[in-house]
Amino acid sequence: MMANNHQNVIEMKGISKSFPGVQALDKVDFSLRCGEIHALVGENGAGKSTLIKVMTGVEKQDEGSYQFRGKEVSIRSPLHAQELGISPVYQEINLCSFLSVAENILLGREPKKFAGIDFKAMNQRAEEILSELDVSIDVTQPLGSYSTALQQITAIARALEVSSAKVLILDEPTSSLDANETTKLFRVMRKLQENGVAIIFITHFIDQVYEISDRITVLRNGALVGNYDTSDISRFELITKMIGRNLEDFDEMSTIKLEAGKNIKEEPLLNTEQLSLSGSIKPFDLELHEGEVVGFAGLLGSGRTEVARLLFGVDQPDSGKYYFGGEEINNFSPLLSIERGIGLCPEDRKNLGIAGDLTVRENIILAIQARLGWFKYLSSSKQYEIADEYIELLNISTPSADQPVKNLSGGNQQKVILARWLATNPRLLIMDEPTRGIDIGAKAEIQKLVLLLAEQGKACVFISSELEEVLRTSHRVVVLRDKEMITEFSGEVGERKIMEAIAGTD
Amino acid sequence: MAQRVKSFIVNNAPLLVTIIIFVIVYFIGGQLYPVMKKPQVFFNLFINNASLLIISIGLTLVIISKGIDLSVAGIIALTSAASAALLQAGMSPWVVLPLMLLMGTTLGLIMGSIIHYFKVEPFIVTLMGLWFARGMAYIITLTSLTISDDVYRFLALTKIPIPGFEKAYLYIPSLIGPVLLLIVFYISKYTRFGRTIYAIGNNEQSAELMGLPVARTKIIVYTFGGFCSALGGIVFSISLLSGYGGYANSMELDAISSVVIGGTLLTGGAGNVIGTLFGVLINGTIVSILQFNGTLSSWWTRIGVGALTLIFLGIQSLINLKKRNV
Repeated sequence: MMANNHQNVIEMKGISKSFPGVQALDKVDFSLRCGEIHALVGENGAGKSTLIKVMTGVEKQDEGSYQFRGKEVSIRSPLHAQELGISPVYQEINLCSFLSVAENILLGREPKKFAGIDFKAMNQRAEEILSELDVSIDVTQPLGSYSTALQQITAIARALEVSSAKVLILDEPTSSLDANETTKLFRVMRKLQENGVAIIFITHFIDQVYEISDRITVLRNGALVGNYDTSDISRFELITKMIGRNLEDFDEMSTIKLEAGKNIKEEPLLNTEQLSLSGSIKPFDLELHEGEVVGFAGLLGSGRTEVARLLFGVDQPDSGKYYFGGEEINNFSPLLSIERGIGLCPEDRKNLGIAGDLTVRENIILAIQARLGWFKYLSSSKQYEIADEYIELLNISTPSADQPVKNLSGGNQQKVILARWLATNPRLLIMDEPTRGIDIGAKAEIQKLVLLLAEQGKACVFISSELEEVLRTSHRVVVLRDKEMITEFSGEVGERKIMEAIAGTD
Repeated sequence: MAQRVKSFIVNNAPLLVTIIIFVIVYFIGGQLYPVMKKPQVFFNLFINNASLLIISIGLTLVIISKGIDLSVAGIIALTSAASAALLQAGMSPWVVLPLMLLMGTTLGLIMGSIIHYFKVEPFIVTLMGLWFARGMAYIITLTSLTISDDVYRFLALTKIPIPGFEKAYLYIPSLIGPVLLLIVFYISKYTRFGRTIYAIGNNEQSAELMGLPVARTKIIVYTFGGFCSALGGIVFSISLLSGYGGYANSMELDAISSVVIGGTLLTGGAGNVIGTLFGVLINGTIVSILQFNGTLSSWWTRIGVGALTLIFLGIQSLINLKKRNV
């Protein structure tokens, strides 16, 4: 027991952290052993990034204990964490692409000569560090001239050199790497592991979890689901843990769903034939009907969002056909889609969806205004009328229509975005992760609202990482995996069947 | 070896393009007006653009750090007016000169601190700096004040022969720019301070996460910019032997275009003071050609420089697009 304790570099117990409106982490335990590669998995909003932020001093936990190498620590800042030897390497690589590789590794600690930098010694040192990782490149070249994998490795080299990292946190390091580059990175990771560095590996690629990790910690909705030795858990079990259902009753929802399902129109409102965009999504056929909720299920990065972007005209397809209301469509842009009667609530609410400094009223009016054209004037009394109508309809809790949206909770912000699109009276509404990062009560409300909209005769697309939620709200479920539409289920479907489809052949 | 030559060319493409353009522009000038083939005409570029070169050097560092400094020409005017007024009042030039440098440096320090600590856009802060400096210059004097101080006259009128060229000469102030250029080139290329400027320009947040001294470096960059502006102002008042608030009107734009033509990215992170030298020389050459022509409006200079700047910005965004696509 003693020995075991001693081996843990990081030992976190009962870590909780809440942000206004959301419990981001709820009593999470996490431990990291010396020289292990530990996969941290979970869907969007599971709490992975918050846990890392607490670990690296970006955020401070509300409660819980945090021990580093057997001592209780209170980490003040990312720099402090780095001094201790906890180094994150972020997805978007935080280095300078115009500076040379050697400078990126050593700047701030470079060898000196007279008043300046001793470039010869610096380049030599950089080469040494990289050769320890079995990488040999011309370190005098600008970082930007190398592949993303080598940039990742450079970032790792910097972490090793400058903060002599004992814990290395790799946040989605492989998301923009191809298979070859991933292999290269994994080789480096194994090499580091041999040298006793503990690595936390965050990824949504299940294959890679099995390829490289020793242990897995699964988070869901801010809570710990469990941690497992990789060899002890099957792929299917793991996915169940990641997106599995909470034991709640479906009763109310299923009656609403049944009611709503009666009005599904025969004719498709939108259909596609082998529509695709290379590098983004493989060819797919899809039909959306008025009065129906279609759920997209699949892991993060499976192509859910890419389909939504194509349907809304953000991206242009490079082959295939797209019909809306029976007519073939050849011009795509968000504005044209709005004119046709399509609305999209984007995934990244904070950056893409709301204009935080504008008021609730202004946010709701935005899309109508776009539809009217910028020069048609909407009188302010009319604006208030519309805003108040939706505030009441969607039960948005805000002191008034003049409240800046950034002051509302996540759930209410989401409702404001929904209101924005509803105000344009769309025929098709695409919602990408509308319930992400909001609390359970608000989630249920939004789910009901989606069914209500379908009942009123709108076609809805509901995208979510939580399978349970997709099942509960959708009449039909489309499953995506690795940028491809795999299959489609309608009627009462077992959760297990869908999970198997998401997991692929086990 | 071939590999090294190739990578040198790739990494210094913007600089090489600038040098080639300068050679072409100067060659065309020489074909049109044979008098431009005289060495002295070439050296005149350094004489006529001495203060432009100095402020552009300071501005280059600011722009590499992803900032901008619009106050440069205002500080030139203020320096010229203040030094003329103080000299007329009988103050010793040996007090006036350091005082002016101190004034410019302080202004730069204040602007840099506001930009960093209050997170105000450099564009706004230095625009205020420009108005403040030019306004103060007009408050000091509404008319042009002449300088008759002996030291200033000595500095202004002493010709330095150039070895190897018959009858070619420079004035003392025109040497300041090239010397400053060498110093700044060394600092920017070979010191931690210099490399940190590039890192900040690349991505300030990254520089912070890399543990580099971002605050200090940024403030020093603006402070040095203020120093260069004051130095440029001194050189300006020496060459005209007078001071006036309307001097160097919109010279900040010439400086910015020189820096951009010199291959420094307005988006920060890349660039080189050597390029800036050639940017200034191209600017000066276009002016010379128009002067030799004599019939064209001097405003053609602005149009020419504007077009070149635009072409360079175009090249830069092409390079950036290419990098992103790789």
